[in-house]
This record gives sequence, structure tokens and C-alpha cells, in this order.
Amino acid sequence: MKTKIIGLIILFILVLLAFLLSISIGVVSIPFRSIVDAFWSFDGSREQLIVRDVRLPRALVALVVGCSLAIAGCVMQALSRNDLAGPELFGINYGAALAIVIAMFVSGSASTYLFASSALLGAALAGIFVFLLSSLGRGALTPIKLVIAGSTMNLLLASITQGILILNEQSLDTIRFWLAGSLTGREMETFWKVLPIMAIGLIGGLLISKHLNIIRLGEEMAQGLGQHVFYIKALCVAVVVLLAGSSVAIAGPIGFIGLAVSHLARAIAGHDYRWTIPYAAGAGSLLLLLADIGARFILPEQEIPVGVVTAFLGAPFLIYLAQRKERAT
Amino acid sequence: MSANLVILLLHLVTGARSVPPLEAIRTVLSGSGEYAFTVMDLRLPRAMTGFLVGCGLALSGTILQVITRNPLASPGVIGLNSGAAAAVVAVMILVPTFPMSRLPFIAFGGAAAAAALIYILSWKKGTSTTRMLLIGIGITAMAGSLITYWLTVGGIFRVTQASIWMAGSLYGRTWEHFWPLLPWLVILFPLLLLLARTLDIFQLADESALGLGVRLELMRGLFLLLAVAFAGSSVAMAGTIAFVGLMAPHMAHYLVGSRSHRRLPIAALLGGLLVMLADLAGRLIFSPHEIPAGLMTVLFGAPYMFYLLLRSRTL
Repeated sequence: MKTKIIGLIILFILVLLAFLLSISIGVVSIPFRSIVDAFWSFDGSREQLIVRDVRLPRALVALVVGCSLAIAGCVMQALSRNDLAGPELFGINYGAALAIVIAMFVSGSASTYLFASSALLGAALAGIFVFLLSSLGRGALTPIKLVIAGSTMNLLLASITQGILILNEQSLDTIRFWLAGSLTGREMETFWKVLPIMAIGLIGGLLISKHLNIIRLGEEMAQGLGQHVFYIKALCVAVVVLLAGSSVAIAGPIGFIGLAVSHLARAIAGHDYRWTIPYAAGAGSLLLLLADIGARFILPEQEIPVGVVTAFLGAPFLIYLAQRKERAT
Repeated sequence: MSANLVILLLHLVTGARSVPPLEAIRTVLSGSGEYAFTVMDLRLPRAMTGFLVGCGLALSGTILQVITRNPLASPGVIGLNSGAAAAVVAVMILVPTFPMSRLPFIAFGGAAAAAALIYILSWKKGTSTTRMLLIGIGITAMAGSLITYWLTVGGIFRVTQASIWMAGSLYGRTWEHFWPLLPWLVILFPLLLLLARTLDIFQLADESALGLGVRLELMRGLFLLLAVAFAGSSVAMAGTIAFVGLMAPHMAHYLVGSRSHRRLPIAALLGGLLVMLADLAGRLIFSPHEIPAGLMTVLFGAPYMFYLLLRSRTL
């Protein structure tokens, strides 16, 4: 108990450090003093403008998106009792992406409000579909089947997205950067709009963490313990949709944070979700902040979208899990 | 077979300029006449290429399903498509001057590399199906992230071209695409039929197959190579057309049972039929816009995949 609290505090300090690092380093590196001054005694110098308008929004977005995706991944893994679950493998990210592409195609505009609302809607539809798929049919789907169903879903959604984009070159041009999952050029305005939705999701995630422990035991067991399984499951889906949908709305589909961080959190904090979820939240933020810093330096001339970085680091992790899983069964 | 001919005929007849059916047949047989250009140079090669591509994908899918003993295996699921797509997009974006006619080689190389990678990674004292599927999904994700990255750096013209290629289109396929594809099938298909009996043995458990004196891993490697050759050459010509390799073998199984020497030819014919049908539907439904054939197959194939997942008991 005590060590876990200390662990959380250390994690929090690490996240804070990464956050400051993310503000200070980049093409122009900014000394720590100027960062402090930018908030307390703003004088309009170039460095301070960079901090306030470019670096700070970016770091904040990385912070909340990483945290949300990690919690969404944790909840999904507990809900489906599947170690390979995550918003990226189950089509939720692409559901949001497709909804945005359709909304842009139909309305012809690219306002932030449109982005956010259609992303939420798309994520919700995809999330509900996965939920239904995992509870319909002859008994529960096995983990492997669920993963394959998710990847089929991804293929379907991605193909439809592609089809719409082929018909409309203009939206392809505006949306391809967003589709890669990037944190650059985010405005504070979008951030503030999505933040309340995310906050509800985050608080919800923390509140249901206690029930996740029981859900993970299995349906019959949870019912025997007097839980309203259906309501809890529905609540879990709602939390996942809010978190993943709003993340996609600000940052585009960023993969594998949800998948990888849940495993890390469980490895550190054990299987008690009251601890796993806070740990996952911290670790998710930390990982995405670091990935974003890394994305600025891999290729010197240009920035790589952070979604590409996380997928490239995360996919080998999935392969590793696949190999380990085989040994266990 | 006759269904194939009907669809082929429909292909020739319909489109922006419609041709009377009898005229179409006469043109194909004689090679000249009023409609010669439309039929012989535009529509016939396109349909024939589609047919061959479908055959290749279906054969590849059948082989994979048998050797992995898994009804869910198909060239797309184990990551061949994404390997080819990543290779092609890379070349299209990074080397803009690269001639389009050489792209098939690149695609084939990509597919082969992805297959090799998956095979090596899932090798652990023999291969296992589930591991192969999962690693395939992992490789697909990595290839996908590379593709999105390249799509963000390329010029918009190239990016559009690349997305159309990835969607698996038969648009503008000519005899130039047909002839290079033909030898793959003409040479490899009889070879495959010769090996059909060995392929049947894979339907037994590993132990019994070993008992019958089959060198299991060697044969599995050989069949995998054949599957890659079929799928790779098809993907090279038409881009990634998904789910044909999944559906055609199932339909063939339903029609003629599981004996490979009968199932393989039927699967090939059905695969050709599916691709031509998808291309036809894609041309007609939203005309004058064309929906790439690969998109149509996904629209129909994905629900089928969900159905399979819900129904099957294995895995």
C-alpha cells in the first residue's frame, strides 16, 4: 500500500519532468527560466510566444491523450477479459476517423466542433458494435477471435474511409496528416472543448475501477457477488467511448498506447484495478510525452507524426505478447 | 464456369458505352469491328486480369487455410497484402520517377518479405496458426503506420494514386498486366494440382501426417511459398483486394467438399468470378464514379468474416 503510493508519486514527478522537457526541447530549445517567465511575467518575446502558443498546447494534448488512451485500454482489457484489447485493435479509433471523414465530406467544412462531435459518434458506434460482437453468438468470443474481429472491423472502416477519400482529393489532402495521429498544430480552443468530455471519462474510469476487479472474474462470478453486470458493462463501454473518442478528436488515431500501457501498469501495480488505473493514466501520459519528444528528433529535417512512432514501438510489443500467449496456453 | 462467362460478357457489354451482347461475342472471336477498341483493348483485358487475380488469391487462400488448418486464414489476414502495399507506397512516394510498369515486382518483393518475416517470427519449434495470425496483425499494423507516414510526406498527386492502388483497383488494366500474370498461374497451378494429395494430408493431425512419412515442415514451407507466389503476383497486378482469398475457398468447400484436387480448381474459378463481379459492381453502382474492386470485396467480405467468427468453434 505504502510502496504503491510512493510509486504513484514518483510516476507523477516523472510525468511532470517529461511535461517540462516537452515544453523546453525541440528545434528551438528554451531554458527553464523562460518557461516560468512565460506564465508569471509574460513580455511577448519570441521564446515566450513559442512556449505559450506552440509547446504548451502540444504538451497538454500529449498529457491528456496519453492518459485517456491508457485508461480506455485498461477498461477494455478488463471488460473483454482479453490481454490484446485496446481502442486501436478494436476499430474504435478508425470508427472515429471514418465519422470525421464522412462529416467533412458531407458538410465540406473542417471546424473543430464538427471534428469532435463526429469523432465521438463514430467511436460510440464502433464501440457498441464491438461490445455486441463480444457478447453475441455461441458463448463468449475467445480473445483471439475478438482480436481478429477487431482487425476485420479496422479493415472495413479503413477501406470505406479510403473510398470516400478517393472520391474527394481535397479532403484527402486535409485529412491525411490528421489520420497519421499527430500532436502538432493543436489549438488551445479544441483542447478546451474536448477537455470536459475527457474529464467525465477520466473520473468515470476511476470510479468504476473497483467494479472492474469483479468483472474480470467473469460474468457468473460477478452476478453471484450481487453486481449489476449489465449496467457496469454499459458504463465501461461509455467510459471507453468518451475517452477514446475525445482522444481521436484532438490527436487523430494514435495506436498502441492503450494496449501497451495497460500491460505495463499491471506489471507494476498488480491486478487490483483501483491501483492499475491510476498507474496506467500516469504511464500513458509519460509514454506519449516521450514518444512525442522522440518524434521531433528521429529525422532531423521533418517531424514524424507521433502516431507512427507509437505504432512502430507498439506493434513489436503485440508480437511479443502473441509469442508469450502461445506459451501460456 | 458458365457463370464466369456470363459475367465476362456483362463486363464487355456494360459501361459508359454499351455494346450489344452478340456484337461483343463476335468482336472477341474475330478481333475486329466497330467495337473492337472498347471491347478488345479496354474491357476484355480488364476483366481477364481481374479473373486471374481472383484465381491467384483464391488458390493462395485455399492453400493457407489447409496448411494452417484454420478457416480464417487468408492472404490478407496473415499480412501479405500490407507488405506489398507498404513496399509499393514507399516506392511511389520516395522515388516519384519510378515507372509504374515495374511496380508489380516491388509489390511481389514486399509480399514475400512480409511472409518471410511472419514465418520467421512465428517459428518456435514449428509454426502455430494463432501465433501466425496475431503476428500477421502486428506486421500489418507496423506496415500500416509506415504507409500513413509516407502518405503525409508525399505530394498530393502521388498520394491519391497510392490510395487508389491500395484500394485494389482494376482500373486501366491492359494486356500488359494480363500477360505477365498468366505464366504464374499456368505453371504453378498444375504443380499445385500434382501436390494436391500431399495437401490433403495436412488436413490430418500433425502426428498422423508424420506417421504417413510426410516431411511436414518442409512441405509446409513449400506450400507457403506457393501461396506467397499466387497472392504476391495477384496483389502486384491489382493492388490489395481483400477477402477473396477468404471467401472463395469456403464456397468451394461448400460446393465440392474438402478434397484438394477438386476444391482447388473450383476455388480458383469462384475467386475469378468474385473479383470480376466486384469490379463490375464497382463500375456500375456509382457510375460515373468508379469504386475500386477491392473496396467492394471488403464491403461484402467483412460481414462474412464476422459471421465466420461468431459461428466457428475452433480457435
